[in-house]
Amino acid sequence: MLSIILKRLGQSVFILLGVTLITFSLSFMMPADPVRMIAGRSATKATVESIRKELGLDKPLPIQYAKYVNRLVQLDLGRSYKQKTQVAELIKSRLPATLLLMAGAIFFEILIGIPAGILAATQRGKFWDNWIMAISFAGVSMPQFVLGLLLLYLFAYVFGWFPLGGYGTWRHLFLPALTLGISGGGWYSRMVRSSMVDVLCQDYIRTARAKGLSEFKTIMVHGLRNGILPIIAMIGLDVGIFMAGAVVVESVFGWPGIGQMAWQAIQMVDIPVIMGVTLVAAIGIIIGNLLADLVMPFVDPKMRVD
Amino acid sequence: MTDIVKYFLKNKLALLGLVSILVFSFSAILAPMITPYDPYMQFFEGLSLEGAPLPPNAKFWLGTDLLGRDLFTRLVYGARTSLIIGIAANGIALFIGAFLGIIAGYARGWTGAVIMRFTDLMMAFPALLLAIALAAIFQPSLWIVALVIACVNWVQIARVIYSQTMALATSEYIEAVRSIGASWPRILFVHILPHLWPTILVWGTLGIATTVLLEATLSFLGVGVRPPTPSWGGIIYESQSYFLDAPWLVFFPGLAIMALSLAFNLVGDALRDALDPMKRGRN
Repeated sequence: MLSIILKRLGQSVFILLGVTLITFSLSFMMPADPVRMIAGRSATKATVESIRKELGLDKPLPIQYAKYVNRLVQLDLGRSYKQKTQVAELIKSRLPATLLLMAGAIFFEILIGIPAGILAATQRGKFWDNWIMAISFAGVSMPQFVLGLLLLYLFAYVFGWFPLGGYGTWRHLFLPALTLGISGGGWYSRMVRSSMVDVLCQDYIRTARAKGLSEFKTIMVHGLRNGILPIIAMIGLDVGIFMAGAVVVESVFGWPGIGQMAWQAIQMVDIPVIMGVTLVAAIGIIIGNLLADLVMPFVDPKMRVD
Repeated sequence: MTDIVKYFLKNKLALLGLVSILVFSFSAILAPMITPYDPYMQFFEGLSLEGAPLPPNAKFWLGTDLLGRDLFTRLVYGARTSLIIGIAANGIALFIGAFLGIIAGYARGWTGAVIMRFTDLMMAFPALLLAIALAAIFQPSLWIVALVIACVNWVQIARVIYSQTMALATSEYIEAVRSIGASWPRILFVHILPHLWPTILVWGTLGIATTVLLEATLSFLGVGVRPPTPSWGGIIYESQSYFLDAPWLVFFPGLAIMALSLAFNLVGDALRDALDPMKRGRN
C-alpha cells in the first residue's frame, strides 16, 4: 500500500512540473503586455523598461522559468501585477469561500444523486427509473449558468427567499451550492444506478433475500456498500474540479472564490495570479485523486491486497 | 444490425433525441426560410418607448433583445453556431484522441508511455480554465473556439481508445494476424480499427453534447463566439445584467442549449447500450 502511495506521489511531482511548464508557456502567449498594463498608457519608454527589468521579464524565457520553479519550491507564487500583493496571500484569502462552496455542492450532489440512483436501480425499467434517468440527463445537459440564473430569478427575485448573490450566511451559499449539486447530482445518480444494478444481480444479494432479510435492509446494508464505491472516486474528482473554483457559478452568484479570481485575472492578464490558480487547481485535482485512492481500501476490503 | 436498429427504435427517449437533432439541424440549415427577419436587424418597434426589450408577443414570438432584435430569429441562427462548433470541435477532438489513443495503445513502450503521461498531465489541468486562457490568447472566431474546445476535449477519448486498442493489440487474433506477416498499417486499419468504430461513434455523439455546453459556457463568459454573431451562450451573456426584468432572454436560449445537449446525450446513451451486446439484453 505504502509503495503504491509513494509511486503515485512521485508521478504527481512530474505532473505538477508539466502543469507549470504549460501555464508558463501559456502566459507568454497572452496578447497583452503585462508591463504596459501596469505602467499605464501614458508611461514613458524608460519607465516601461525599468518595470520590465524589475519584474525580471527582460531575461531569456528558460531563465525566467527556472526562477519561477525555484520560487515555487519555496511556496512563493509571485506578486499579482494588478493587486500588488502576494498571489499566495490572495489565494489564501479566497480559499475558504471556494472550500465552503465545494462542501455545499458535494452535499447536494450526494443528497440528490444517491437516493435517486438507488430508487432508479430498484425500480429498473419501471416508472420511477425512466423518470429519474430522464431528469438526471436533463440536469447534466443544462448549462450551469442557465440553471443558476433561473434559480436566482425564481427563488431570490420572485419568491425572495434567498439573497441575489454575494457571500456571508448559509442563505448565500444555498443557491450556488444547489446549482452545482443539481448538475453533479445527475451524474451521481446515473453512476449509482448502474453500479447498483450490477450489485443487485449478484448471488450474495439473492442469498440475503433468501434468508429472509427485508428488502430495505438487503439494499441499504448489503447492496449499497458495494454500489457506492464508484461515488467515492467521483467525489475525489469533484474535490479537484471545484478547487479550480466553479468559475461559472461563482461569477453568476458573485461568490468571492478562486474561480471568480481566476476569471478576473484572465481578463486583466494578471499572469502570476492565473499561473497560481491553475497550479493550485492542479494540486487540488491530484490531491482529490490521491484521497479517493486512500479512502477506497477502508470501504472496500478487496482493495487492501496489493 | 437490425437488432441494433430495433433496440434503438424501441427506446422512446432516444427517438425523441433523434427527432430533436433533426429539427435543430433543419432549422439551422433552412434558417432564412423559417424566420422572415434578419438576425442582425434592430427593429425600431422592437423596443418599448422606454427602450426596454419586449416580452414575447404576436410579432416577435419569443420577444426581443436589448437592441430590439428578434429573439426567435437569433435563436434559429444561433443553432448554426452551436451545431457548427459542436460538430467541428468534436470531430477534431475525436480525430486527435483516436489517433493518439491508437498509436499509444498499439505501439506501447516509450511512445505509448510518453503519450499517456501527457494525457495524465492534461487530466490534471483544469479544463475550463485552460479553455478560457486559450480563448483569451487567440481572439476567438467561430473556428478558433472550435479548436480551443477540441484542445480540451480530446483527452478522455484518447484514454478510452488507448485501453481498447491495447486490449485488442494483445489479443490472440492479432497475434495470429501478425504471425502470418501482416504489416502494421494493415493490422491497425483492417483488424483493429473496425472494433473501435462503436466507441468512436458513441463518443462522437456524447461529445457533441459536452461541446455544445462548453461553447455556450465560453460565450457566456465572454470569451466565446464574438457578438454580433448569434450564439445561444452569447445572447445570455449580453442580457445577463438585465435578466431580472427580461427573463425570457435567459430562459429561451437556455432551453435551446439544454434541448440540443440533451438530444445528443440521449442518442449517444442509447447508441452505447444498443452497440453493447451485454447491455442490450439486460435493460
